[in-house]
Amino acid sequence: MPLAQTSTIVPVVIDDALCIADKGCTVCVDVCPLDVLRIVEGPDGSPVTAHMKYDECWYCMPCEADCPTGAVTVNLPFLLK
Amino acid sequence: MDEILDGTTQIDCDILIIGGGTAGPMAALKAKRKNPKANVILLDKANVKRSGAISMGMDGLNNSVIPGYATPEQYTKEITIANDGIVDQKAVYRYAEECYGIIQELDEFGIRFQKDQNGEYDVKKVHHIGTYVLPMPNGDTVKKALYRQLRKARINIINRYMATRLLTGEGRIAGAICVNTRTAEFLVVRAKAVVMSLGAAGRLGLPASGYLYGTYENASNSGEGYSMAYHAGAGLANLECFQINPLIKDYNGPACAYVAGPLGGYTSNAQGERFIECDYWSGQMMQEFYDELQGGKGPVYLKLNHLAEETVAEIERVLHIVERPTRGHFHRGRNTDYRKDMIEMHISEIGFCSGHSASGVFVDERARTTIDGLYAAGDMANVPHNYMLGAFTNGAFAGLDAVDFIKDVDFADFDMGDVDAERTRVLAPTKRDDGIPPNQIEYKTRRFVNDYLQPPKVTAKMELAQRRFEEVRHDMETEMYVRDSHELMRSLEASAIMDCADMAAAASLYRTESRWGLYHNRVEYERDDENWFCHTILTKGDDGKPAHAKKAVDDYIVEIDEDEKDAYNNQRVTSTVAAE
Repeated sequence: MPLAQTSTIVPVVIDDALCIADKGCTVCVDVCPLDVLRIVEGPDGSPVTAHMKYDECWYCMPCEADCPTGAVTVNLPFLLK
Repeated sequence: MDEILDGTTQIDCDILIIGGGTAGPMAALKAKRKNPKANVILLDKANVKRSGAISMGMDGLNNSVIPGYATPEQYTKEITIANDGIVDQKAVYRYAEECYGIIQELDEFGIRFQKDQNGEYDVKKVHHIGTYVLPMPNGDTVKKALYRQLRKARINIINRYMATRLLTGEGRIAGAICVNTRTAEFLVVRAKAVVMSLGAAGRLGLPASGYLYGTYENASNSGEGYSMAYHAGAGLANLECFQINPLIKDYNGPACAYVAGPLGGYTSNAQGERFIECDYWSGQMMQEFYDELQGGKGPVYLKLNHLAEETVAEIERVLHIVERPTRGHFHRGRNTDYRKDMIEMHISEIGFCSGHSASGVFVDERARTTIDGLYAAGDMANVPHNYMLGAFTNGAFAGLDAVDFIKDVDFADFDMGDVDAERTRVLAPTKRDDGIPPNQIEYKTRRFVNDYLQPPKVTAKMELAQRRFEEVRHDMETEMYVRDSHELMRSLEASAIMDCADMAAAASLYRTESRWGLYHNRVEYERDDENWFCHTILTKGDDGKPAHAKKAVDDYIVEIDEDEKDAYNNQRVTSTVAAE
């Protein structure tokens, strides 16, 4: 029974130019109540940037409010915006 | 991160508090201050910094009893009437007496409340009878202030562990089994007392948007508290008194008539007319809301466009920074301007939440459940119309009483077989090669909740719900499949949601009368004080299915006069000659 790869547009967007995950920051990942953010790792396993891995967002905004560089924007999930 | 690891660790503490939102932190602080030597652990599925219903703050204290504005007697009377008489007043009265002290403590923590020019609390009238709403225009600071206090008090905080089952032994609480949400490793916590503060069952009905997480409640509040209490054998009270709220359509957040009301905003029909006298949330108010929608005068709106620019600007400022700040994004996206447009509202999905209704784990005035050493507080405990201040205050009661309880007890022995059985249950979806993902199990359960349990309640539909739930439960237990520890957390939530759906159907079928307005509107039955002026208590029966009993309402300590009883049943605005 194979699982499908259905695409979905995610509400939380990270500005890679502002994100400082490569310097070890994990604030947005740490504070998310639904635990849906993760850090993308480069080929050598080093952190590159944050991203929304799971489309399970309550559009509550701690990630945006607590980001030290203003790299995170919370949009509303398309289904309800 | 997220790979599934094998491992079990055991730790001990005096008091384990599960859930670090609102009630939990206050329980921890009170317990630690009363007995600084006590080892207190505060455990959360998310991160205590930003967990729970008040993750981004709160716009006001909706039920504050402040000397000069209200008395404990008045408040107890108001909540008794608002909750249709089914209230053990002792718990409400104790809250009413002690919540002012909690407000002062929160004030000392640096949480700011609205004050007038003389420095007095600026309390507003929103309820039908009394004056209890204290605005918090800077309520976005509440969680940070609380977290500072927890660090200062050196509370042990464990983040990203999800409690899945309580442990009991020797007829009392023994601890809890928890799973790391990022590694799937187990943590068995032995505790002399446990405080449950896991919030509402907010992912029970499916929002009209169809987005699983577009719920009114913080979507991480998926009902594990109710499920765990049930499996441990605790009694749950009046679960048929659903939470249903009047919300902004699609956004599904509060319209905040409590914020706008004192400034002149109100709930209106499509003609811009007021149709309810009072915007305070109650089952009776929701019934009027429903009738207006069904009666051809809808949609229903929050009306602000008649207000002066400065007033609208102030409402906007509060609503767009506190509690649900994405509300501003939502309105911008739809080009809704409060100055010109009314804000479309609708009826929320159902849930369990005593914060706004009365469905919760049964507790007394010390937050004690029916299991020795087990406490519950906040949205998941059954003290009605609790709101945030109720969570803080009852959380305090739980923490204080737990410290007394642990004085004379050691750890209760429990059966290690229970831990092994729970490991097997939890890990089952990781042992399959393929199957049904948790989100589909959850979606189907919650769609059936909407199809069959959303009031008005019909017996035949609710019986169908039970059959459908049984089928989905079978699929869940035999075919659910997860690929990583994050999905494993979702599978455990799906299981708790299934338990809550079962309880919602069973409790609603048991009470063969209508009560609490829309919350338990059973179309085939009238209100029946003779047979149903009582609590219903749901427990796990010997057959593993919900069992029911009636429990008498404690004698009132504040009497309600005959002519006051119906205050909340007469909410509809009677049209005047001038209006006609």
